[in-house]
This record gives sequence, structure tokens and C-alpha cells, in this order.
Amino acid sequence: MRLEAAPLDAARLPRWVVAVAVVGSLFVVLPVVAMALRVDWPDFVPLVTSESAAAALLLSLRTSLTATALCVLFGVPMALVLARTSFRGQRLLRSLVLLPLVLPPVVGGLALLYTFGRRGLLGSSLSALGIEIAFTTTAVVLSQAFVALPFLVLSLEGALRTVGTRYEAVGATLGAGRWTVLRRITLPLVLPALVSGAVLSFARALGEFGATLTFAGSLQGTTRTLPLEVYLQRETDPDAAVALSFILVLVAIAVVGVAHRVRPLGDLAPPRAPSREAARA
Amino acid sequence: MSLTFTATLAERGFDVAFELAPGETLAVLGPNGAGKSTLLTLLAGLLAPSMGRAELDGTVLFDVGADRRTLVEPRHRGVSLLAQEALLFPHLTALENVAFGPRSRGVDRTAARATALSWLDRVGAADLAGRRPGRLSGGQAQRVAIARALAADPSLLLLDEPLSALDVTVAPAIRTLLRDVLVDRSAIIVTHDPLDAFLLADSVLILDGGRVVESGATAVVLTRPVTSFGAHLAGLNLVTGLRTAEGFRSEEGWVLPLADTAPEGTSLALAVRPGRVTVSRSAVTAPGTACIAAEVDDVEHRGDLVRLHAGGMAADVAPSDVVALGIVPGSRMFLGFRHEDASIYPL
Repeated sequence: MRLEAAPLDAARLPRWVVAVAVVGSLFVVLPVVAMALRVDWPDFVPLVTSESAAAALLLSLRTSLTATALCVLFGVPMALVLARTSFRGQRLLRSLVLLPLVLPPVVGGLALLYTFGRRGLLGSSLSALGIEIAFTTTAVVLSQAFVALPFLVLSLEGALRTVGTRYEAVGATLGAGRWTVLRRITLPLVLPALVSGAVLSFARALGEFGATLTFAGSLQGTTRTLPLEVYLQRETDPDAAVALSFILVLVAIAVVGVAHRVRPLGDLAPPRAPSREAARA
Repeated sequence: MSLTFTATLAERGFDVAFELAPGETLAVLGPNGAGKSTLLTLLAGLLAPSMGRAELDGTVLFDVGADRRTLVEPRHRGVSLLAQEALLFPHLTALENVAFGPRSRGVDRTAARATALSWLDRVGAADLAGRRPGRLSGGQAQRVAIARALAADPSLLLLDEPLSALDVTVAPAIRTLLRDVLVDRSAIIVTHDPLDAFLLADSVLILDGGRVVESGATAVVLTRPVTSFGAHLAGLNLVTGLRTAEGFRSEEGWVLPLADTAPEGTSLALAVRPGRVTVSRSAVTAPGTACIAAEVDDVEHRGDLVRLHAGGMAADVAPSDVVALGIVPGSRMFLGFRHEDASIYPL
């Protein structure tokens, strides 16, 4: 009789564990299937290209892309500071930066309103300068960036810590300045994490509902993004709501696919002792 | 002097000072945790000393004291570091890796590539120019890393156990390459292998517990060690003793006649190779031979020899002798060596 260590596969798990896992997976997959079954396929194209739907779709894409750009612009320096420096209160700062991740979006929207609203902390001064933010497209972008920023910071900071500072130290001893080290070593090394972080941020921005509604309102063509449009159409035209929802599902599937695909390349993994075969020059 | 170095690092109990002549290679040896890597990171500028001063070719690297704190940034030090692992930038090709140093110093792309190619050629890796590090073997990667460190045209090259991560079949070729490129170059190599010290270094610094315990020319330190660690590295038996009227008198009490005229009371060291020490059941009284009675502490296999430890000495004997003499830990034996096989020198 042969006794050899086989890898632990599903067959070796207690059957009830597999059964519970199947139930859990169905819980996630079934609603998507249910929605796909409910889509009015013959009218799908007209439904998603109606004037209000097209306006919402375009607005969502525009604002989400802008918000993602803002997340990259501010998130990369934030992740660098959190990962590469140490100062008093850094842990507290990290927790605060991640706050939008756990905050109910409506609360976030309210907070933004009391910051940038007409009578808000900064809004009153901006208002005096003739700049109105609340209930404009800018407010949509700010709402989306607010909730999406932690995704980018979190994923990038983790990657920076994993890569470590050894390559940067080598770069510095070779005569590279701080900017050169950042541009030619640090950022290329964490590029996969930056891309997947940006994709996640984009997805979060695209799905943003609560903060947008609170801070930006729901004005067709100006602040009514796709999720808001879905919510409104649900009452008056359920077929349109389902069709638009299905577009969001497709985007979500694409995002998950990309985020999974963008992994650190094999040769970007932390260096390990060379195998005996590979060590032979 | 090319390099003068004095530094203390209170929290690591590090307190070391040394000098390096231009074009000389210094080997830093010592047990784990002795402060060897600390010394390199202080020089490279990746760590700040709590006090100290270092100057390279007349330029201050760091100068830290009660009322002053100068710490030159790593990139302005002219010091390249070659580590155990090649640490090639994984997203750049071998050529781009080597060109990184010249590029960072403002050399234009074409000239930097030319420099990089000539260095790759020098280390025998010109055919690897277009490869990413992920597709290089350990030995190939270390060759490229050597080229990269040298292409930055450093005033001082630091090598941190550059051969220890390599396969034993590759290490000799890289050691030969290092021997070739280190000629007339100021360099410091941290190693645990005395062979590296013999083949690559002009002088040796032995650290223990963050302090220098031995230093000097390689040939002197490794043939006339004065500490037990130095003797261990050199593979020698070290016996300390005093000059008495009879000659050399060991701390254990045995005596060796001496011809020289060192004053009585001088502390002396005696070094003898374990291979020159014989073991017998009865005392040998031939003239010109030292004989020491000792109890065997330990017996260990070493390739085709057996090394036994007795009375603070090591002796290498053939396995057949171990059987013939019935040597086991605890047995009483006589260790002998001829006077001319021992070297005796002042401590």
C-alpha cells in the first residue's frame, strides 16, 4: 500500500464544508443570474440608449474616470508617505485615511456637504469667490474620490511594504537622487498594485450612490449618475433599471477580471535564494 | 589614506576605527552579529552613527559629534554596495541595470549604454545584456551586479558576502572575477570565508562584539593570529603562554625550548596546524618534539580526516589511527608536534 502525502484538495475536506461553500457561492451568483434572466434582451439596446440612460452612463464614466485620476494623483503620495516614513500619529492618520472605507456613504456625503457646501467649512469661502461645489458635477467627482481613495492607498501601501526598501537603497548608492529612485525604481516595482488599486477605485467610484445623492443631488445630465438613474427608474420603468443594472454588473465582472490578472510579475517577487539548477552560471 | 573611519553606534554596541590605503582591499571577518554589515551600512550611508567621522579621498562621508551632524546622502558618497543577493532591478534588463549608475550621474543615454556594455563585457556577461533578471541564474546575476556596482565609478566598493548566496560550483569563477576587478581599487569585503580574505584582500580586520579584535596585513593576521577567533579562521591551533628561562611556557604548563632572546615575562603565542599535531598512546621523547598529555574532549569527522579536540588543541588524524589507538572522548592521549612546525610570536 502506498502512503504518500497528497495535497489537501476538496475531496479531503469534510463534505459539509463543501456543501456550505456551495450554498455561499450560490448566494452570490444566483442574484446575478436572476437579473440576467429578467433583462428584456430584445429591447436592451434602446433601453440603455434612451436619453436619460445615455446621459447617466456618460456622466458616470466621465466622473468616475476623473475621480480615479484624483485618487492616483493624491493616493500615490499618501501611500508613499504611509509606507516609507514614520512619524508620530502615523497609525492614527492611516486609520483616518481608511475611514471612508467603513463609513456609510450617506454620512460621507453629509460630511462633504458640511465641508464644501454653501455654508460649509471651506464652502463659505469658496462661495465668496463665486465657486459653488455642492450639487454640481464637481460634487459628484468629490463624492466618488472620497469613497474610492482608500482602495488605492491601501493596495499601494501594502505593495510598497512588500517590495521593501532594498532596491531603493541600491539605487541611492548608485548615485540616483530621490526623484530618480521614485521614478525609475519604486513606482515601476509597484506598478501592478497601482493599476489594480486604480481599477478598484474606478469600480468603487462607478458604484457610488449614497454620498453622491447627499452631496450632489440627482440632476439629469449634471449629477445623476448610473446608480442614481437605476434607483429612479426602478419605480417608473423597471425594464430600464434592470438593463442599466446589468451594464454595471458587466463592468464589475470586467474589473474583478483585471484586478485578478494584474499580479506582480513572477520576477518582481521578493528575491529568494536561487535554486541549485538556476545557480549554475 | 584613502579612507579613514571612526564610528560608534551606541544601541548596537558598535565601536570601530580603521584606515584604508588607496587601492587597497580590506577584508572584514568576524562571527555573526560582530558588526560587519553595520560597518558597511554606515559607510554606504544607509545608517547614521551616534558618533564618528569618515573621510573618503578627503571628502567627508559623515561627521557626527555632540555639536555637529554632517551626513552626506548615499548618492553623493561615491560608494557602491554589492550585496549577497544581486538585487538587480527586476523591471530593467541587465544592460539597463548596469547603465543605471551612469544615467543617475547625468551621463546621456548613448554614453551610459556604451559604458554599461563595456562593463558587461569585462565581467563576461555581454551576451546577457538584453535579459531581465528573472531569466538570469544566480552566478549570471552576480556578474551583472558587479558590473553595475563598478559602472557607477565608485571611489570605494563595498562587498557584503558577495559569494555566500552562490552555488559552490559558481563561487570560484566569481571570486576570480572579483580578484581581477579589485586590483588597484579601494574596496571593503565582508566575508566569513578566510579564502576570500587570502585571495582578495591586502589587509584584514577581525570584528567581534562590535569591536576590532585583530587587524593587519592578511598574511600576518592569518598566519600569526592573536585571538581564538582569528586562529579559528586561519585554521590554526593557538596556544598562549609566557617567555620563561626554559623557553615558551604554556598556560597549561608545558614547555618548549626557545632559541631567541625575548625578555622573560613576555606574552607569547604559539600557532601550529592541526595537521602537524600527532596523537599517540605513550609520551614521545624524541629531541625537537613537544609532547603534551591531554584528555580527548571531542572527536569529529572532517572529510577524510578525523579532528579530535584535546587540551585546547585540535589534531587531525587518519580514521584508521582513531581505531588503532582506540580514541574516544575521555581517553588520555599524548599530543606531539615538532618544534619547527610551530611558530611562536609575541602577543
